[in-house]
Amino acid sequence: MLIKLSGGRVYDPAHQIDGKVLDIYIRDGRIVSRPRDDETIDQTYNLSGKVVMAGAIDMHTHIGGGKVNIARMMLPEDHRADPSHHSALCRSGCGHAAPSTFTTGYRYAEMGYTAAFEPALSPVNARQSHLEMGDTPIIDKGGYAMIGSDDFFLRMLAAKKDQNAINDYVAWIMHASQAIGIKVVNPGGINAFKFNQRALDLDEQNVHYQVTPREVLKALSRAVHELGVPHPLHVHGNNLGVPGNMETTLKTMGASEGYPLHLTHIQFHSYGTEGDRKFSSGAAAIAEALNKNKNISADVGQILFNQTVTASGDNMRQFANSTLGSPRKSVIMDIECDSGCGVVPFKYKDQNFVNALQWAIGLEIFLLTDDPWRIFLTTDHPNGAPFTSYPHLIKLLMDRTFRNEMFAKLNLDAQAMSTLASIDREYSLYDIAIMTRAGAAKLVGLHDRGHLGVGAGADITVYTDNADREKMFAKPDYVFKDGELVVKDGHVVKVTWGHTHTVKPDFDKAIEKDIKQYFDKYHTMNMENFKVSNDEIAEGGRGGIAVQACEGRREKSL
Amino acid sequence: MENFSASSLESVTCPACGLLCDDIYLARNAVGQLKMIDNGCTKSMTFFERTTQTASPLIDGKPSSLVDAIKKAAAILRNANQPLIAGLGTEVQGMRSILSLADKVGASLDHMNANSSFRNTLVLQNSGWQVTTLTEVRNRVDLLLIIGTDIVSHNPRFFERNVWNTASMFDQDTSAREIVYLGGQAVETTAGISPAGKKPTVMPCDLSCLPEVIATLRAIISGKTLHITEVAGIKTSDLQNLAERLKSAKYSVVTWVSSDLNFKHAELTIQNIAELVIKLNEKTRSSGLPLGGADGDYSVNQVSTWTSGYPIRNRFSRQYPEYDPYHFSTEKLLNDGEADALLWISEFNPEKTPPKTNLPNIVIGHGNMSVIDANVFIPVSTAGIEHTGTMFRIDSSVSLPIGKLRESTLPSLTEVIAAIEAAL
Repeated sequence: MLIKLSGGRVYDPAHQIDGKVLDIYIRDGRIVSRPRDDETIDQTYNLSGKVVMAGAIDMHTHIGGGKVNIARMMLPEDHRADPSHHSALCRSGCGHAAPSTFTTGYRYAEMGYTAAFEPALSPVNARQSHLEMGDTPIIDKGGYAMIGSDDFFLRMLAAKKDQNAINDYVAWIMHASQAIGIKVVNPGGINAFKFNQRALDLDEQNVHYQVTPREVLKALSRAVHELGVPHPLHVHGNNLGVPGNMETTLKTMGASEGYPLHLTHIQFHSYGTEGDRKFSSGAAAIAEALNKNKNISADVGQILFNQTVTASGDNMRQFANSTLGSPRKSVIMDIECDSGCGVVPFKYKDQNFVNALQWAIGLEIFLLTDDPWRIFLTTDHPNGAPFTSYPHLIKLLMDRTFRNEMFAKLNLDAQAMSTLASIDREYSLYDIAIMTRAGAAKLVGLHDRGHLGVGAGADITVYTDNADREKMFAKPDYVFKDGELVVKDGHVVKVTWGHTHTVKPDFDKAIEKDIKQYFDKYHTMNMENFKVSNDEIAEGGRGGIAVQACEGRREKSL
Repeated sequence: MENFSASSLESVTCPACGLLCDDIYLARNAVGQLKMIDNGCTKSMTFFERTTQTASPLIDGKPSSLVDAIKKAAAILRNANQPLIAGLGTEVQGMRSILSLADKVGASLDHMNANSSFRNTLVLQNSGWQVTTLTEVRNRVDLLLIIGTDIVSHNPRFFERNVWNTASMFDQDTSAREIVYLGGQAVETTAGISPAGKKPTVMPCDLSCLPEVIATLRAIISGKTLHITEVAGIKTSDLQNLAERLKSAKYSVVTWVSSDLNFKHAELTIQNIAELVIKLNEKTRSSGLPLGGADGDYSVNQVSTWTSGYPIRNRFSRQYPEYDPYHFSTEKLLNDGEADALLWISEFNPEKTPPKTNLPNIVIGHGNMSVIDANVFIPVSTAGIEHTGTMFRIDSSVSLPIGKLRESTLPSLTEVIAAIEAAL
């Protein structure tokens, strides 16, 4: 089957193509070079005047795993307002803040997204994450294994184990949990909460291991780098949501001592303490630091006004915030001496001073950060807002008039504390294609996604250009997944199963002897059962593992 | 029948209760009969050592081919407007297939243990809770408060694996762990005696009085002044003493088994347990721990939730999922004439037979199930013995693969459900 996408205006930043009219050819799910004249083209789509991009990639979205399912279970009232009907093609389900898995897959695809990454896959809960992602159709997926508060790792740090041993452990975790990245959440803090510590600053010691978050960050960022894992250490910093936490965030940027770091939902970590209410925007300083430190990238975690639910591994901070929830209920968990979780429903209101300023801070960070290759479009779904609000967020970035109209409706005290109205920048289609395609693929390490070059997986989204960017991005004309037309005019026309992207860094398998002894002595499950097999992920024909290339283990440390 | 050779099987995972112990040691003879060698308990022995009779599908009590039984089952579901799929004694993969079928035929779903599960689910949905998991308990608990249960009737190896373990991560002297049983009469408390012989504190009261006892304990922990000296035969000074022990513990765990809290609106008592735990966490650490679990109840709830957005007692008859803990119960749907066909599923346990009904009914169950009056009976192989599967532990975060230990001539539940769906 040879398909020609004819005459579309192509935005492919991986190849510096900015709105050039080009033909694209697809064969057997891949983009191919222009065929010979005597080859028959089976199907041609006339895309004259249309905007063509690679399928979008959400590099941080909570779509599968224990805390997401707790959020679903807790919120029947939210689901009732957004039922999703059974059709000849699609399974029924529900949407809004914590959508069901099938609905998640359909709605991402209907928005032109073809991949989404679960950023907090707790290794002991990895099987559940993959089960849920396995029931999420069409899109590709993957997960970042969350470590840094696990007892095994903190023991290694406390015992001053050599970096090579830490690298081996990190690699073993990635294999066992079928991950494509490593994430750390409130470095060491989830663990410290179990010892009744209520806050952990960057240089504060865990009372049991006498290890600081800075040491955790350094060891893990170095491990990820030395293993050749393309995605830098994914960091949810200490002190999420705490006024004044911008200082922690600025210090965190230096904590890896030059190793790459990705600071996630940085909006929640960019707060100052100025003003009458001791809560202010740290966006300018954070953006300046991002502009300066080329080894740092970030995604924003924009908040948008409405009901949502916050779901995080950071049980220390979620416990502290649980009384602010709306509706007032929460689930806080300690998990297996490995991790934790906290789920708190939340309603962001534009007339609430703090919420309004959070909204402005997120946009300020987007607009003050110069390099779209190092800043990413997320709402930290569902923590800032559900992923279905991305088209609205894109409009806020691309349309200054619209943005200023929205800003003018905010709580007046918050307006007075923000510089947003004075920022003229508007994102271009090329910038959006970087943030949501080329940059995201590069950051996650998806070598054959996020671009339209020969050999890429044919994940392609076609839009009708529309000055109303929200309308444009909400309803693509066509979405192709691995060369198959899956969405037409914003509706699913075919249901396929995407790949689960992983990396498999090399490591010294001797580490497993120590890990097995540890499991036998302390755990309530066998080490072998901790590992998620390839077969489990492919169960029931729901797609399989795609192993992305690692850059090869770098020279071992001394 | 082809079979694996006689052998011993180590590190087998047991699906018989919510603990999913994965250290079971079994022997298998040449015809596939399993015998417990080590690490068993009463529940796992019953489960693994059950002699299976090879059963044939039945249509109206008469042996039939599998193909005919599937056709007949599909016809019953096709002709129904409001089918009910209940029992749901299965694991993750089985439940995945059932949800697909339910979506297609517009069925209601209910689990045989839902009355008990709801005592927990309603708390989660109304106010939430703060809970922990088994490995945390094993390595951290210093005071275990057990409310209204002996635990071991449901989870026989709970103490052996999670309380009286010798090694712990933080070098705790585990034999010094304090155990308190609160509520119930003549509760079997020997499992709570430490290996060194230290006896647990036992504070009995009638189970029906637990609501007021727990409310009192919560009030004390919350700093309220009480004007009574006794509640349900327990001195308030004893409850005050317990509150002080909970406050000074570093990592207390408060546990219950929802099926033992078998009184009206037990969810309100569990909510009081959850809230007293949250209150304790203002100063120290404390966690709830719902225990129990049987017939895949928690696994089924998990899969139902990620697939439809709702835990069990949901229905698909309006082309989208709806949820109602009260109206969609098996008892109510059958008694009120709101269902017009019943599909009953129990692949783990032959004794969990369907409720009596005059409706057209299908039973898909364990090969040893005795079902005389079903319109269609399809025996299936058992997950964890005859085919692989996946199950969730009762503490919700951990799921484990369950294995295939011998061959079976019977199809798996997933195969049967998929065949019925294809025959619609």
